[in-house]
Amino acid sequence: MELTLKKRKKNTIIPGFTLTLGYTMLYLSIIVLLPLSMVFFNTLSMSWSEFWETIADPRAVASYKLSFGTALAAGIINVIFGTIIAWVLVRYQFPGKRIVDGLVDLPFALPTAVAGIALATLYSPNGWVGQFFDFKIAFTPLGIIIALTFIGLPFVVRTVQPVLQNLSSEIEEASASLGATRLQTFTKVIFPELLPAIITGFSLAFARSLGEYGSVVFIAGNMPMKTEITPLIIMTKLEQYDYVGATAIATVMLITSFVLLLLINIIQWYTNRKFNLK
Amino acid sequence: MTKPLEVEQETSLKVGNVATKSYALQESALVKWSLITISLIFLALFLILPLVSIFVTALEKGWATYVASIADPDALAAIKLTLTVVLIVVPLNAIFGIVAAWAITKFSFKGKNVLITLIDLPFAVSPVIAGLVFILLFGAQGLFGEWLFQNDIKIVFALPGIVIATMFVTFPFVARELIPLMQMQGITEEEASISLGASGWKTFFFVTLPNIKWGLLYGLILCNARTIGEFGAVSVVSGHIRGMTNTMPLHIEILYNEYQFTAAFAVASLMSILAIITIIIKNIIEWKAKDV
Repeated sequence: MELTLKKRKKNTIIPGFTLTLGYTMLYLSIIVLLPLSMVFFNTLSMSWSEFWETIADPRAVASYKLSFGTALAAGIINVIFGTIIAWVLVRYQFPGKRIVDGLVDLPFALPTAVAGIALATLYSPNGWVGQFFDFKIAFTPLGIIIALTFIGLPFVVRTVQPVLQNLSSEIEEASASLGATRLQTFTKVIFPELLPAIITGFSLAFARSLGEYGSVVFIAGNMPMKTEITPLIIMTKLEQYDYVGATAIATVMLITSFVLLLLINIIQWYTNRKFNLK
Repeated sequence: MTKPLEVEQETSLKVGNVATKSYALQESALVKWSLITISLIFLALFLILPLVSIFVTALEKGWATYVASIADPDALAAIKLTLTVVLIVVPLNAIFGIVAAWAITKFSFKGKNVLITLIDLPFAVSPVIAGLVFILLFGAQGLFGEWLFQNDIKIVFALPGIVIATMFVTFPFVARELIPLMQMQGITEEEASISLGASGWKTFFFVTLPNIKWGLLYGLILCNARTIGEFGAVSVVSGHIRGMTNTMPLHIEILYNEYQFTAAFAVASLMSILAIITIIIKNIIEWKAKDV
């Protein structure tokens, strides 16, 4: 009795619950939930065969493979280099470190279209970087991977960095004093601690890459079946006033994103549990 | 006689210990500098080179062309439109962020985690889909299309469409900065203020706001940067009407597609300067927040 009374009191002493929660729900519904529900609502008006024909169209399927493959490749590149960069920024001192640290946020701050035209120009066959390669980078899937690597880098660095910073030095000392080499300490002690953060960073970068549009369209070349990403298919259908087709593809993308979000939470929960039980 | 010897032995042992300890706790200089070199090369290739190339290409044909590209009426109209969008979107999302964070962190209620997930939802949605949903709502064939047409209200291919699509994309920025911060700070200070007789508003302005100001500013900066740069969603709803519904990123796209590279990079350089300022302010905030 006393406990419920206390709890009630705790709930009521600060004012504004109805007002703030009501406003939050209203604003959320108008800006996010109602508009998003339109995708599913409009899809329901399609017949199943119509829906299936649109989403299983060879051009669409090619775009899923491309979007998924390039996002995966960029994610792996970012896991490797992002972890190294996070490590270097936390553990070492070198001139210009503060500037480098700040620069990692550039992909968050720079408009995607600006990044897109800069990367396309750099990596085109006669660009500053492109000219040194015998094969084409821009206007191929390789170019898309570069744009997605640019976009995804801060996600990995910024999730691994704080974990590395908060890692207690005692466990490394314990490992070293028990005779482990530095490499053993890293692979057996430090890396498992970083793994959940690395997975989170990868998933965030991957999810962002699947939907990325601005930085990719300039460098991709946008050839159907070859370098056409899924968001571009939606864009093309919209330009042809094929709203039904665009909505069907959007449904596939939305469901993929939501499943991915769920998966991220499950993986995080699993890794947390596994390493906490140890 | 024996005492000093013992001490000496002990110290030498200690020194030995420290030496082996520091050896196994650090990588060799070779590994260290290789990792630093790899990082710097990677960042140079992916971040620094693109940034430098923007300014070099923009100034390739001299200052006069650069200034002319930015003083172009269409460019100025794009800058004005982008500023208008920022002035509407950022305050609205900031108010929402503060209100939502207050509701979520000051009270306990069922379904709180679901609400937090829903607020984060726009991060998981492709910008192109963010634009599409508003076409489905307000477009000619959309849910409200007929009604809007009869009442002569333009949303899609006009300013309201650009604003609302940008609002969707930047929706979570302020809220997701404030929620963890206010959760950590708890409710004791607000409770003290209220029980001493202050009103809710007074408590917010004199107790809560000073506590969250750096977090709020941080969220505002990120929200602002994304609002300025949003491309995909705006591209879908704007209709690309030159001098009318073209924001800065859309103007860059048009110039680039028309092979006016110098002009495209001139406008891009302006946006890059804004991005660099954003990063600098962000670092100052982080530094200030650490001090407090």
